[in-house]
Amino acid sequence: MTIVWVPRDSSARAVGADEVAAALAQQPGVTVRRNGTRGMLWREPLVEVETPAGRVGYANVAPTDVPGLVSGGMLEGAPVGNSLGPVAEDPWLTAQHRVSCARLGLAEPTDIAAYRDAGGWAGLRRALDMDPADVVEEVVTSGLRGRGGAGFPTGIKWRTVLEAQADQKFVACNLDEGDSGTFADRILAEGDPFTLLEGMAIAAVAVGATEGYLYVRSEYPDAIATLGEAISVATAEGYLGEDVLGSGRSFTVHVRRGAGAYICGEETSMLESIEGRRGEVRAKPPIPALSGLWGWPTVVNNVLTFAAVPAILTGGGETYAAAGDGRSRGTQVFQLAGNVARGGLVEADLGTDLRELVEGFGGGTRSGRPVRAVQVGGPLGAYLPAAGLDVAAGYETLAEAGGMLGHGGIVVFDDTFDAARMARFAMEFCAAESCGKCTPCRIGSTRGAETIDRIRVGPPAEREAALVLLEDLCTTMTSGSLCAMGGLTPMPVRSALKHFPEDFAPAGGGDATGPDPRAGAAAASTTRSAP
Amino acid sequence: MDEREGPRRRRRGPRQDGGPAPVPEGARADAVRDLARRRAGERGPLLEVLHDVQDALGWIDEPDVRVLADELNLSVAEVHGVVSFYHDFRRIPPPAHTVRVCRAEACQSVGAEGVYAAAQQAVRTAGPDVELQQVFCLGNCALGPTVEADGVLHGRVEESRVQQLVAELADRPPAPGVPETLPTADQEARR
Ligand SMILES: Cc1cc2nc3c(=O)[nH]c(=O)nc-3n(C[C@H](O)[C@H](O)[C@H](O)COP(=O)(O)O)c2cc1C
Ligand code: SF4
Ligand code: FES
Repeated sequence: MTIVWVPRDSSARAVGADEVAAALAQQPGVTVRRNGTRGMLWREPLVEVETPAGRVGYANVAPTDVPGLVSGGMLEGAPVGNSLGPVAEDPWLTAQHRVSCARLGLAEPTDIAAYRDAGGWAGLRRALDMDPADVVEEVVTSGLRGRGGAGFPTGIKWRTVLEAQADQKFVACNLDEGDSGTFADRILAEGDPFTLLEGMAIAAVAVGATEGYLYVRSEYPDAIATLGEAISVATAEGYLGEDVLGSGRSFTVHVRRGAGAYICGEETSMLESIEGRRGEVRAKPPIPALSGLWGWPTVVNNVLTFAAVPAILTGGGETYAAAGDGRSRGTQVFQLAGNVARGGLVEADLGTDLRELVEGFGGGTRSGRPVRAVQVGGPLGAYLPAAGLDVAAGYETLAEAGGMLGHGGIVVFDDTFDAARMARFAMEFCAAESCGKCTPCRIGSTRGAETIDRIRVGPPAEREAALVLLEDLCTTMTSGSLCAMGGLTPMPVRSALKHFPEDFAPAGGGDATGPDPRAGAAAASTTRSAP
Repeated sequence: MDEREGPRRRRRGPRQDGGPAPVPEGARADAVRDLARRRAGERGPLLEVLHDVQDALGWIDEPDVRVLADELNLSVAEVHGVVSFYHDFRRIPPPAHTVRVCRAEACQSVGAEGVYAAAQQAVRTAGPDVELQQVFCLGNCALGPTVEADGVLHGRVEESRVQQLVAELADRPPAPGVPETLPTADQEARR
């Protein structure tokens, strides 16, 4: 029997992985197994054949290709079709520094024996042998900062929860991943869920929490299913549950589904949602570390933050901190998205050059046209021009360049990019997804979209006044919003104005309106035809 | 309970002398109550229960809200507030099929607007059984444009492909999870 791996990741399935798996299963002598993706999404479906020389990869396989590939010797690892040879030696992978994603795509996602054999649970075992305060200090030493967007030092957050006196503490994992251009949380949850669960369990041990909640957006049904299965398996094997690895400590984990609200990625809104309420942002203080779920001290971290923790405990905080740049330590799981030739997941040291990510790993645009703009850090992140990519992708360095790292998503646009339209979209998105608590965010964003229309297609005499008004609105939103939804929406808008002023030129520019996130399906919305 | 719901709320059935509307009874109410009871031991279960009700019965009907409020010991206003906050919850029966087209930044960069326009046109042709929704990111941003047809994700979708997907849906029996029964006259009247 030849073992053939076909990813079950939802992006791979979206381009036919299930059909390819079915076609392969019909071939005599083939056992199909389903791994997570390796992160080379542009090559999906990426089929891997186990051979004595290692796993040999075949990219972009279609179901109809299968008979030809097999007769050409695919099952023996022959160089037929889009063969890339041994996958582990592929330069796109070997150029990365995979720490959190070291096990990604190697095994069946919920194969707990494979996870253990690959070094899994060693971090949790070590944490259980340590004094909780030492576990926290190990994370402090690693320099790990929140990978969800705000970049707050994780060890400091944990220390606050550890030192809080309370009868009950919680760990909450943020898997709301609403940012366009990001999918690493999903890939990790679908492809290597035990790394995430181990990270959460270590957090629980470190701060003395007994219950964990995983908040997963409803757009990710596969991640929800895989996590549910992984929790059952890990509980049955004693890694989670009433008595974690015989330590006498209890840690149970529950999955909670989101319900289609971008704002529920903001941590306090997420806590409200987990508690079963409207996802309205809470004012801070009190911070969640002191008063989180049901008022108890709660560790809230992103998936990628938790996923870095097992390696920090096994390899030591100093080893983790050896990678990186300035105050941005360790690795970042970048995501290359949008109009990019080689889109996918790139784990590399923080401080890696943005141009290297976009042009080196990404290979430029998918359309083959020149790169004109790149949006880093999700819908609230800045649009940077192609000439401005020579910047180290770290927290401080990107901030100095007028942008932000956010969750590490990098969306590439070619020269059909229209900055005015995207600026308007940012305002509309904010208006649609605002939780409604503060006026600058709720109303200011609607006014902002209207104002951009006036700049673009309104009477030329009003243009200067409209530009001043837009700047005013941005200032008010930045300073007068309770959370970063309203507070950071000006970032894409201002960066678009700054780097691409010609796109805001009056008339001739055509129709600046784009998708209106508030419009129902039935509403007649103005749509620009695709370039 | 009911007093807090505000004046626009349409009421089902006669109401006796200004008192609160009775908690609905019947097969649907029993089913809703049962779904809520299954999560009785959980902390703050409302969102999960609402998902369960929608998964089993297709949408969150107004009487369901009153049943849930009663069963979970919450105010009707509270349950209603949650149902109306989240995009996912449907308050009227769902169509037989749903197509969701991603219109977020990464998909826009590879032509999602054209795909959305093509989908609009296809849905008009397909008739009322297929509903088009716009959505902002489905986590498939490296392989966009992204379309979800009755819960199945599709990547690298071109305009002709979305038209094909819509046409295929229109020819299919209702998606799983969509109840066979049509809304009652009473429900229709309240819409
Ligand atoms: C509008 C908004 C949306 C957010 N969405 C997410 C999200 O989807 N996932 C996430 O982990 N953090 C998100 N955040 C950041 C969280 O508020 C919070 O900083 C994070 O979950 C903390 O975990 P970390 O320290 O590990 O990053 C969002 C913040 C804002 C203001
Ligand atoms: S800034 Fe917007 S999303 Fe944030 S709390 Fe205010 S209204 Fe809500
Ligand atoms: S932006 Fe369309 S799937 Fe993420």
